[in-house]
Formats: sequence, C-alpha cells, structure tokens
Amino acid sequence: MDLITVLQVLDSTVRLATPLLLACLAGLFSERAGIFDIGLEGKMLAAAFFSAAIAAVTGSVWLGLGASIIASLALSGLHGLASITFRGNQLISGVAINFLAAGLTVLIAQSWFQQGGRTPALLASGRFGPISLPGAEALREVPVLGPIYAELISGHSILVYVAFACVPLTWWILYRTRFGLRLRAVGENPEAVDTAGISVVRLRYSAVLICGLLCGLAGAYLATALQAGFVQDMTAGRGYIALAALIFAKWRPWHALYATLLFGFLQAIALRYQNLDLGFVTLPVQAMDALPYILTVVILAGFIGKAVPPRAGGQPYVKER
Amino acid sequence: MERMPKWADVVLIPLISLLLAAVLSGLVILAIGEDPINALNLMIKGALGSTYGWGYTLYYATNFMFTGLAVAVAFHARLFNIGGEGQAMLGGLGVALVCLYLPWPHWSLALIASTVGAALFGAAWAFLPAVLQAKRGSHIVITTIMFNFIAAAFLNWLLVGPLKPRGGMDPSTARFPEATNLPSLHDLLAPLGISFSKAAPANISFLVGILACVLVWVLIWRTRLGYEIRAFGHSEPAARYAGISPTKITVITMLISGGLAGMMAINNVMGEAERLVLNATEGAGFIGIAVALMGRSHPFGVFLAAILFGFLYQGGAELALWTAIPRELIIVIQALVILFTGALDNMVRMPLERIFMALRRRGA
Amino acid sequence: MTADTPDAARQVTAAPDPQVPAIELRGISKAFGPVQANKDISIRVMPGTIHGIIGENGAGKSTLMSILYGFYKADAGEIFISGQKTTIPDSQAAIAAGIGMVFQHFKLVENFTVLENIILGAEDGGLLRPSLAKARASLKSLATEYELNVDPDAVIEDIGVGMQQRVEILKALYRQADILILDEPTGVLTPPEADHLFRILRNLRDEGKTIILITHKLREIMDITDTVSVMRRGEMTATVKTAETSPAQLAELMVGRKVLLRVEKTPATPGKPVLDVDNLRVVDAAGVERLRGVSFTIRAGEVLGLAGVAGNGQSELLEVLGGMMPATGTVRVNGTPIDLTGPHADGQSRRAAGIAHVPEDRQRKGLIMDYAAWENSVFGYHRDPTIGRGPLMRNAAILDHAAAQMQRFDVRPPNPRLPAKAFSGGNQQKVVLAREIERGPDLLLIGQPTRGVDIGAIEFIHQQVIALRDAGKAILLVSVELDEIMALSDRIAVIFDGRIMGEVAAEDASARELGLMMAGVSTGKAS
Repeated sequence: MDLITVLQVLDSTVRLATPLLLACLAGLFSERAGIFDIGLEGKMLAAAFFSAAIAAVTGSVWLGLGASIIASLALSGLHGLASITFRGNQLISGVAINFLAAGLTVLIAQSWFQQGGRTPALLASGRFGPISLPGAEALREVPVLGPIYAELISGHSILVYVAFACVPLTWWILYRTRFGLRLRAVGENPEAVDTAGISVVRLRYSAVLICGLLCGLAGAYLATALQAGFVQDMTAGRGYIALAALIFAKWRPWHALYATLLFGFLQAIALRYQNLDLGFVTLPVQAMDALPYILTVVILAGFIGKAVPPRAGGQPYVKER
Repeated sequence: MERMPKWADVVLIPLISLLLAAVLSGLVILAIGEDPINALNLMIKGALGSTYGWGYTLYYATNFMFTGLAVAVAFHARLFNIGGEGQAMLGGLGVALVCLYLPWPHWSLALIASTVGAALFGAAWAFLPAVLQAKRGSHIVITTIMFNFIAAAFLNWLLVGPLKPRGGMDPSTARFPEATNLPSLHDLLAPLGISFSKAAPANISFLVGILACVLVWVLIWRTRLGYEIRAFGHSEPAARYAGISPTKITVITMLISGGLAGMMAINNVMGEAERLVLNATEGAGFIGIAVALMGRSHPFGVFLAAILFGFLYQGGAELALWTAIPRELIIVIQALVILFTGALDNMVRMPLERIFMALRRRGA
Repeated sequence: MTADTPDAARQVTAAPDPQVPAIELRGISKAFGPVQANKDISIRVMPGTIHGIIGENGAGKSTLMSILYGFYKADAGEIFISGQKTTIPDSQAAIAAGIGMVFQHFKLVENFTVLENIILGAEDGGLLRPSLAKARASLKSLATEYELNVDPDAVIEDIGVGMQQRVEILKALYRQADILILDEPTGVLTPPEADHLFRILRNLRDEGKTIILITHKLREIMDITDTVSVMRRGEMTATVKTAETSPAQLAELMVGRKVLLRVEKTPATPGKPVLDVDNLRVVDAAGVERLRGVSFTIRAGEVLGLAGVAGNGQSELLEVLGGMMPATGTVRVNGTPIDLTGPHADGQSRRAAGIAHVPEDRQRKGLIMDYAAWENSVFGYHRDPTIGRGPLMRNAAILDHAAAQMQRFDVRPPNPRLPAKAFSGGNQQKVVLAREIERGPDLLLIGQPTRGVDIGAIEFIHQQVIALRDAGKAILLVSVELDEIMALSDRIAVIFDGRIMGEVAAEDASARELGLMMAGVSTGKAS
C-alpha cells in the first residue's frame, strides 16, 4: 500500500468515525448520569431524516441542522419522561424509541416526498461541504506531512471538526467542572447527590438532553455531510456500534475517540476491500462487519480489562423509605 | 397492601396502553392525510375478512408467539433477552441444515427434527451471552444486541458463500426437499370439510406455537424449575439462600428463551419460505418484546398479543396496498405499544392506582 | 431549589442563645398509607447539647429525622430552628438551615475521593479546582479541631467504614452545619471506632454544636447524651435528662412494659454433638478475612447464642453454614463433614444435611416478597420430593398445607394467597420460622429472630425456639440484642473481629462481662 492509499483509508476512517464519535459521546453523557441509552440509533435516525428533509425543503443546511437537533431532543425528552419522570425501564424505552424513529421517518418521508421513504437528494447548499484548512493546497507538495495535512486533516466538513473538538470538551466538562462532578456522581450514587441538596431529576434531564443534542449532530452529519439525503434505515446499526464503542472506551471521553476511530477504521476497510487478504487468511467483509461487536463482547467478558458501567446505571431513582 | 385488583393489572392496564397507542397511531394517520376509521376498516377486512387474511394473520402470529414466549420466559428471571432476532436467525440455520442435509421420509419426522434443530441452534446462540452474564456479569442486553449483529453477519456470509447452491442468484440456500414441506392450514382443514385459503402461509407450526404456549405455562407456573426461575427473577439473594444457583438459572433460562426464539424458524423458514433466505426473521425477534410486554409475560397473554400483532402486520400490509400509508405504520404502532406497556407503564399505572385507592376508601 | 430558605435563621445560630432551643418540633405527624410513622411529636433540643432519641426498630425515629432533613414532608406540625419558624421542603433547605445528617447507610460516591465527596453540592462556582483547594484547606483545620483525620485524596471504596463515617461528618461540617443528626452511627463500627466517634461528638458539642443521636442502644444513650427522648410506635413517650434516668427506666419506656425479656424454660439436657465447627475461615470479595479460625460445638437440645456487635463475622458464619458463602476449615453435622467450597456448598445440600436457616434479613433472603405465602411456605424446600412429582409441583396440596400451617403458627391474616409483602414483620417471620422448623431439622440457624418484629410475636417466636430445643434439636442463635441472647441461650459465645472471644454458660453470664468481650477485651473466664 502506498501513502495515498493509506491516507485515503485513514481519511475514510475519520469520516466514518465521526458519527460514531458524536453518538458515543452522546451516550457517554447519558450513561455517566445513570441513564442507559440504547436509543442512540433511533435518535440519530430521526435527526438524519429531519436534517435532510428540512435542508431539502429550505435549501439551508443550517436549518436542517436545527431541525435534526430539535427532533433528537424531542426523542431524548421522551426517554427522559419514561426513564426519569415515570421511572420506567430505560432499556425498553430505548427499544421503543428506536422503533418509533424507524417507523416515523419512513412514514413522514413518504407523506412529504412520495419517494419511497427517502428525501430528495440534497444540493450543495443543503449539505455541509468540505472545509479547506489554511495552507492545505500550498503545503500539499511537502513530502509526507503535506499530503497528510491536505488529505487527512484538511478537507472535512465542519461537523467533523466539531466532533473531534467535543472530545477534549467532554473531558473538561466531566472532570473539571461542577456540572461534570455532579453528573458523574448521579450516575454512581444518586442518593449522595440528593442528600447534598442537588436535584437528581434536573441533572439527569440535562444529561439526557446533551445526549440528544449530540445525537442530533451525528444524524445531521450522516444525511447532510457523509451522504446527500436520507434513505430508510440509513443509520444501519451505527447507534449500536457507538454503544459498543462506549463500552469499549469504558465510559471515558478520550478512549471513546480511540474506540470510534478503531471501529471507523474497520468500516473503512470493509468499504474498500470486499475480502481482505492478510496473506495467511482471507477475511470476508462480513467478518469486518462483525468485528466491532465481537470485540465489544470480548471486552464485556472482561478478558481484556473489565468494563464496569456507572453503578447506578439503568436504575430509576426512588427515594428510599 | 395491593393497590389495585389483579384484573386491573392484568387486563385494564394493557388495554389502556393499547388504546393510547391506537389513538396516537390514529393521529399519525390523520397527520399524513388519511382517514383512520377507514384505515381500521381496511385492516380488519384485509386481516380478518377472508381466510386468506386469517392465513397471513395467523402466520405472523405464529412467529410472534415463539419470539414473545422467548422474551417472556427471560423476563420471569429478570433477564431482558433482546437477542431473539439473532437466535431466530440461527434457528433458521438449524432448520436449513436439518432439512437440506438429512433425508426425510415424511414431513412429520422432519418437523420434529427441525424443531429440535431450531431450538438447539437458537439456544446455542443464547448460551454465550448467558454464561457471560452469569459468570462475568456482562450485561445481557448489550451482549445479546451484539450477538444479533454477529448473527446477521454470519448468516450473510453463509448465504452468499458456503450455503448458496451453485448457480444460485440470490443469497439463500437451495429449496428444501418436498418431503419436508409442512402442511398448511388449508391442507389441515380440508379433511374436516372447512375450506381455507390455499395461498396463505399459515401452517401446522401455528399448532406447535399453541403447544409451546401451553408448555411454557406449565413450565413457569407448575414446575420446580419455573418456581426457581421466578424466584430468581424476584430476588437473587433470596434465590441463593434457597440453594438456587444464579449461574445455573441464568443459563437455563436463556437456553429456553433462545430455544423458543429459534423455534420460530419452523414457521417462517420451513413452513413458508421452504429455504433459508437473507433476513428471514424480518424483525420478528424484536416484535417479541412488544408481544411479551403486552401479554404481561403470561403465555396466554403472549398468545393474544401475538394474534393482535399478527393482525396488525397483515392489516398493515393490506393498508400499504390500498392507501398511501406505508407498512412502517406498524413499526410505529409497535413502538407505541412497547412505550406504553413497557417504558411508560407507570404513567398509565399511577393514575389508575389512585383511582382504585379512592374507590376503595369510599367503599370502606 | 428553594429560594425562601431562611438566611435569618443562620445568623441567629451563629451566636447560639443558650435559652432558645436549637431545634424545636411541634406536633409533627406523618403517615405512609395506613401506617402512622409519627404521631403528634414535639421535642426541644437546646444548643450545645447531645440529645439522644431512642426507640426500637420501626418506632419512627428515622422518619422523624428524615422530616427534619427535608427528605419527607410532614403531614402536620411545625419546625423551629433557633426560634425561627422554618419550612424544610428538601435537603437543600435543611443544609441552608444549618442541619447536617449522617445517615445509617452512607451517601457517598464510592469511586470519588474524599475531597470530591466533600465538595459535592457545596462547590464554589462552576469550576472544580478552586473548590477542591478550599476544601483541602478547610479539611486540614477541621482535622486538628475535632480529631477528624482523613486522607483527602483517598478514594472512598478503599477506606474503612469508620473513615467513611468521618467523611460524612466532615461533609456536614464543611457545609457549616450547627446541628448534626446521626442515625444509628455505631451499627457498623467496632468498639474502638465507636469510642473515637464519641470523642469527636463530645468535641463538637464543646464547640457549641448541637447533636442528635438516634440509636436503639441504651448503653450509648447513657454514655454520651445530655438529654434523651424515647419513641415508641410513632409516639414520643418521654423526654428526660440522661443523668436523671436509668437504663431500666428507658427500656420500660421503649417497649411499654416492665419486663423486657423473660422466657420460661427448663434447664437444657444436651445430647450428642450435632454441629462441630473447626477452624472456619472466610475471606470476602474485597479480600478481607471475615472469619479468622472459628471453632465451636453445639449439642442436641441446646441453644448456643452468638453475641457480638454487628459486622464482626456473625453474618458470614450464618451464610457459610447456610450454604450461601464458601469457606475453609471443617464443619461436621452429626459427624459427617459438609462441603464448604465444592458443588455441594449450597442451600439445597445444607437442607438435605438437616440444617434449617432463618436468615438475618428475612425480606431480602428468607422470603420472596412477591410470592404468596403458600409459595413461600416451600421456599428452599421446593425440590423436596414430597411436594410434587418429578419436575412438577403439587400447588393445591402446598396451598392446603400452608393454610393449616398458618393456623398453627397464628399467622395473621391466615390467608395463604396473600403475598409475603402484605404481612407485618412478625407475621413474615412466623412464615419463615414455620417453614424452617416444621421438617424437624437437626440444626436450626437463626439470625436476628425478632428484628423488626412486634412484641406479641417476639414471645411466640421465642417459645418456638425453646420448644425446638426441648425436642432435642441444636440451635445456633445469632442476635445483636444481648437481652435476647441472654434470655434464650444455654451457652453464650462472643464473636469479635472474626474470632470467638470466649464462651460462658448462660446462667453465669453477666451483661458487663459479655459487653467487654464484645468490645474485644478477653476476660479471665473466657475459655
């Protein structure tokens, strides 16, 4: 493989990792606050549809982005209502949200556009285009570093840079701010938070809404940057891969970046090579598809460092009598 | 003290939840410019108005009975088996291997062997998540989700590769031999002088499904094992006190659950498609969640909920045929049912409990 | 959340007026459904004193304090803090009013450091760094002032319960609490730790803090409080100066009758050894050795009482013998060794070996709270061939049998179809006891037999235990209630820090001597 091929694969890795990263960080906020969220997939899907639909109708990708965030926040609110206010089962709520999004997006798409559950293809103004970083073209000729800068680092859409910036931001919020301290505390022991005079409900709703916001970005990226429009079930399990990455990362922001880059890399390889000849064995594309899930199971099994979820995760908070 | 009578818990709450889901679905239909009453009429006519419609309704219902029972059994042990989809896929593989690679003189023998094969493969797919949950504490919801995707990739590989017959065009196995083809309801009812649609896919698996409901009822409410499963579901420390091994119960329950999910394949793979195709399960594993929640994890409830969802699926298909409402409406209804009977249960329950408490106070 | 928290009150408490009560409750009532947890309770606690609230489990002490801390809303009544009428709708308001609470079960974030736990909810500004620095400095001064040394950077899950409790106290002090409420603080402490705690509390009092100590232990009340209030069944029966009362008088006020515990029984006639425990050792999941070579014998027809402060290994001993926890050493039942680690180290095998077990925590272990009484009547014996055929259970027969059994044991209401959670604590215990003794076990393990049980049922349960003894069975009684141990046992062993400190015949035992052994002091008489 020459440098250009490597760079192309890595470039593709970055683009494919971006929605995973955004969704993974979304899940991180929610689960660190003790609310399990297997509805990342559904929120992304709804966001993808509304971003594409509104962008198609108005011609403005920014309005599309706004719509995607609102849609995702609405589903987050529903998840909060079920799992925080009514203390329901968080996993079941997540499942319901995934189905709700899968059904409603097609239903509405069909009703609005009559194109068999898809939106019209988006024109340039309806998409997030690549951004050339300063000096990318000028430096292209510099050996090795030039192409790396021009191909790999420059030339992505704004949401890619936002996603990567979210990693240190998340870390900083989580470990350096009062909000982060309380958020982590409420996911570990909500009673400690409650007796300290802090509202568990409000904290958890904030976390769930941040999760919605990030899923909104992830969905918008899918439909308006990675692809040009919405098609049925376009998230294709990315919400679950993000969930897997979150476990892989053991609920830590920087590790979330590494995990999603790894899974993005696997997707990039699978996209480029149908069958990967490793010399001693030929890996079929399906093996690459399954690899993130297999790796996650291995991590969950605790054979390579145990993944311990936040202690209060999944349990609704009820004041003890 | 019980806050409300048992019948309210078992009947009233699911009904109210269903009503809420129906009203919301009606609003959705209105919003896309169709008439909900007309839609309901079309669904009833399409799903229940002919033996053809019934044939499809019962065919879908059979799938959902198996996957619903699978989820319900696991619920009794407080395990959320979200992997019914993957287990049912593997069940299909079991059926395909039995039907394709063993010679069968008669469908009845093939059915028994296929049922065993389907159950074994489904159970096997549930085994690892179960062991990981029991021994390593890996969250079973996450592992079973992962196993769904692994199953999909695995079957995908098999069907485009090793299992695809030479010269086959689409990703599927060869057609099963004639001797393994199951009698349809048409074939079964004809000797009794009842005419039933020949084109509908409902088959003898429906009766196997009913039998499974009965057996699961016996298992849960009449056997020592069922007693242990429920006890473990209520309290793990208590189970340990009583000498019930949490590891053993987790694994056994998941094997039963996976086996039941796998058994769905005798209906869709053996009874209908008569070969194994890609994505044969069509989400039935997930519908099992809605069915189990709606049926309150009771086999009889699961039976009724499975029929209801069979009706919705067939009715929804008809709806898509005659109106502008796409099939995905059913997914929305399914989501709403899961939401109201599962996640928002307390929203329905709390006001009801208050009403019953008030009534009791007045009565007392 | 509440903007109307009384800053005025804080200023008054800043200069405590010795004539105005730090806390005054007037006519507090609180009901949970049909249960009246607090009935018209009034109380005055003067500043700079330690005030005890004593009462049995379920007397309503914790509910009262939870109202004071804003966890529950009282149905009726008023709260005055330093003479100012105050409403306390939530914990935040309580903190603002200068109230700090140390719960029985600590409210700490296990994987946070001490410092992080202390600032949680009391941060200064949106960033952590300044808050942490401030807390570190303040911790240093608190440590020297009150003997409250804690490593600020230690992670909670790595430090012992005594330390964790100090963190809870520091949390309250860091929030400038003038009034400190401690709910059963010594339940989890070793005697030296408890002594240290009391020293800290005295220091705090001498600095002008007001302390409310909730406990059911008479000794603690006598040791440390200035005044004491007694609660019984949701009511405040008396408030007296500690110096002017006696344990006997308090006990009488607590239970509402003069004789605390006396069980009619004849001297034991011990037979052959039934249980023979030799050098039993248990290491728990955290790697702490809970039993350090325990050896004892129980003969047929005698009750061995195991006394000790909670957390000294008695729970582990019951769990090992009941097949819920692996251990090393030897245990013989009727001369046959039982499996302590292998496949037969489970409850089923223990029952087969003739061991019955009434667990300490009947609601979490002894019963399935959602199972009907009849289902619970075979819990643990559900594999018994007599209650079914093959894999099936004969439910109708079990139901009939349970109904008859409930009549015999006077379980009220005698309806086998009611779920266990519908019964009172005493009746739940009768269901468990009936199940465990009716198959005629050779050995009965019974832990905290009357915890949370009403007076009437206590007597019945004690009679059943003695009757079983008289029928020639061996009984291991574990209780943290020394009175109960002394009333029921034929021999008394004392466990401390995973070791048997000594053993005495019941008729020779004095509460003082046992108390010393429970505190880890060997007495000359100990064998």
